[in-house]
Amino acid sequence: MSEAGGIAVVGARALRKEYGRDAGLVRAVDGVDLDVAAGETLAVMGPSGCGKSTLLHLLGGLDRPTSGELWLAGQRIDQLGERALARLRREAVGFVFQAFHLMDELTAAENVELPALLAGVPPRKARRRATGLLEQVGLADRAGFLPSALSGGQRQRVAVARALANEPLVVLADEPTGNLDSEATLDVLRLFDSLHTAGQTLVIVTHDARIAATADRLISMRDGAFIDQTLLTGGSAGNLGSLAGLEG
Amino acid sequence: MQQEVVLALLAKEPSHGYELRTRLRQALGPVGDAMNAGQIYVTLTRLEKAGLVTSEPSAGGADRPDRKVYALTPAGQQRVAGWLTEVSWPKPDLAEFHLKLVAAAAAGLADPIAIVDTQRRELLRRLRDAQRAALSEPARSVAGLLLEGIVLRLQADLRWLEACERTWTTRRDDHE
Repeated sequence: MSEAGGIAVVGARALRKEYGRDAGLVRAVDGVDLDVAAGETLAVMGPSGCGKSTLLHLLGGLDRPTSGELWLAGQRIDQLGERALARLRREAVGFVFQAFHLMDELTAAENVELPALLAGVPPRKARRRATGLLEQVGLADRAGFLPSALSGGQRQRVAVARALANEPLVVLADEPTGNLDSEATLDVLRLFDSLHTAGQTLVIVTHDARIAATADRLISMRDGAFIDQTLLTGGSAGNLGSLAGLEG
Repeated sequence: MQQEVVLALLAKEPSHGYELRTRLRQALGPVGDAMNAGQIYVTLTRLEKAGLVTSEPSAGGADRPDRKVYALTPAGQQRVAGWLTEVSWPKPDLAEFHLKLVAAAAAGLADPIAIVDTQRRELLRRLRDAQRAALSEPARSVAGLLLEGIVLRLQADLRWLEACERTWTTRRDDHE
């Protein structure tokens, strides 16, 4: 259930996704209920194979559930037709993947403006928006670079800028720091933190405690089901000194 | 020797001091090699004075500490129950937390996985606070370095908790 109050941007009820059949049946997502409130950062954490990526794909309409209800931006999407779903996905959801998934032959700016162009935004407006987004992720001076000329951390920041191109209601990130070294991880963490401050709704699935700890709420997932939920605020009760061994 | 560890080892059943030592050695492995053999009797004597354990001479009749059978008093049981649920990172060392899981499982007092979950929740909250503070420090600041140390230690402990969860889940499932 929603902990942060307000309207749920993403919702799921008794959500299931199964693969295979009989003895080979895999319940990748096994009866999940979820609400993500506007402005909330939610992390779903679990070992690889726990179903968290499948869940993210379902939430973003990239994949269809076997059963259950799915809500996105106030609309029920599990029964929605292919074309309507594609449009809603384009307008309401931004995706960030572990392997960046940038187009190699396009520059950073071209990658970022692509979703806006596909959504029918006029080219000049799309470019203006892309320039602003690259500035926001600290890569204004890399706008004309091909992905191959960028570091891993820079590529992921371009991918985040692209995810924001259509001002999505929610950004869904799948293991966004999985391919990054610690320095680049910090850059992406800073970026997510600033998005969170700006009120962007975020769902991050990860096995990395460090990125999970940027969230307001953390759900632990095992074998396709939620096993634990934690509100992460107020851990040191404002006393960071106690964490470093200072008394009093 | 931490008093609560000895109390928790007694939670399974009344025992001789040497039985507690054997359990402790099994749980600690080579890490426990340097432990002083007499330490456990010193702790048991203190616990008895504090009213947390009682002792009875065993069949042999002699009043030597190594012949006594020790048992928890209600106050001792209460202390153990409180100890199992408390979280006070960074203070408790690895061995203490490890023995907490061992004792909880042996005595059936609490589910080790639930103890791991509680610890993980608390550590993640601390990680969030430390990390937020670290992210708001300018890059390469000296103060940021200390926060980075906290974050890295918490991350290491969280990884170890994952290993704890895996092992205790397997052991629990094997027993069912």
